[in-house]
Amino acid sequence: MNVVGALAPLAFGLAVIGSGIGVGLIVGKTIESVARQPELQGRLQTLMWIGIALTEALCFIAIGVAFIPFPAP
Amino acid sequence: MLAARRCAPKQEKALNLVTLLSLPTVECEPGQFCGPSIEEFFPAPILFEGTPFELNRVLLIRLVAVLAVVLILWLGTRNWKLVPTRGQAAMEFVIGFVRQGIIIETLGEKAGRRFMVLLMTIFFLTLGLNLTGTIPGLQIASTGLIGQAIVMAVIAYVTFIYAGIKEHRFKFFKNALWLPGVPIFIKPVIALLEFLSTFIIRPVTLTLRLTMNMVAGHMLLTLVFLATNFFFVTVLFTQGNALGLLGIGTFAFGLAFVVLEIFVAGLQAYVFTILTAIYIQMALADEH
Repeated sequence: MNVVGALAPLAFGLAVIGSGIGVGLIVGKTIESVARQPELQGRLQTLMWIGIALTEALCFIAIGVAFIPFPAP
Repeated sequence: MLAARRCAPKQEKALNLVTLLSLPTVECEPGQFCGPSIEEFFPAPILFEGTPFELNRVLLIRLVAVLAVVLILWLGTRNWKLVPTRGQAAMEFVIGFVRQGIIIETLGEKAGRRFMVLLMTIFFLTLGLNLTGTIPGLQIASTGLIGQAIVMAVIAYVTFIYAGIKEHRFKFFKNALWLPGVPIFIKPVIALLEFLSTFIIRPVTLTLRLTMNMVAGHMLLTLVFLATNFFFVTVLFTQGNALGLLGIGTFAFGLAFVVLEIFVAGLQAYVFTILTAIYIQMALADEH
């Protein structure tokens, strides 16, 4: 049996596991902190977006790698 | 990619209602299911073919959406009364949310007013262009083409570097790269990492986040609705197979995903604007 298809989506899926866990941790911790100190919500949210932007960058790098024209072996 | 190549989109050159209003249909062997492909973002040109002003369906939708955004904002903010009508209340809610919730919350009152026009423009333009992805008959978000996102990300990039240089002169680069409180022997490594994350990864992720979200959303919707069409028309009616009733399930999923896409359209506009605001705020801030 032959399996035909592209490997790039699979690699992207693997990359997304990591940043998915990362974003989940960041948002979860932010919610926890806001529950403890609601008056800090504004500043915590700003920090949360910076953290999410950095973590998500990894999975966008994974998208970018799929478009690099690697020479065929 | 391989699967997408097998079903080439039908090339239609003539300007007719079908090219304007419908998604490019995919052609494949009868009785076979063909998924959506990335070619849907690059349909055949319909006007000015061969010139630099070549227009295709997606770009036409972009122009219509920009026109709609301008008209709604212009007509919606004229003649505001002290006692708001229903339309004015809605406009006030949205504009007030962007103003207070995004811009002033992040940048503060003074800097917020300085960059208000830019950030408002980014928010409403992104929102308008994203929402065309779910409007029946249009059904494609022109932010899915990378050009739109690149232009806005470059504007955001230039703006936060301009804000930083104007505030701190060339100490801006020292503040951004040469962090205090880091042991001296790892400072160069940290500086390199900070350079990568601030001046290279930031604009790239701003671009890719918006584009890829819209492309993925469009693919998801097209896949689900093409599957519905396939199940009902091909399997149930042509082949007379009861398996075609699975189309009810894919259609229900499709409706749910439409709601999700409307949410994503708003979320991406919010995220793009708040990240631009945060980058400007970090450039304006004193030494961290």
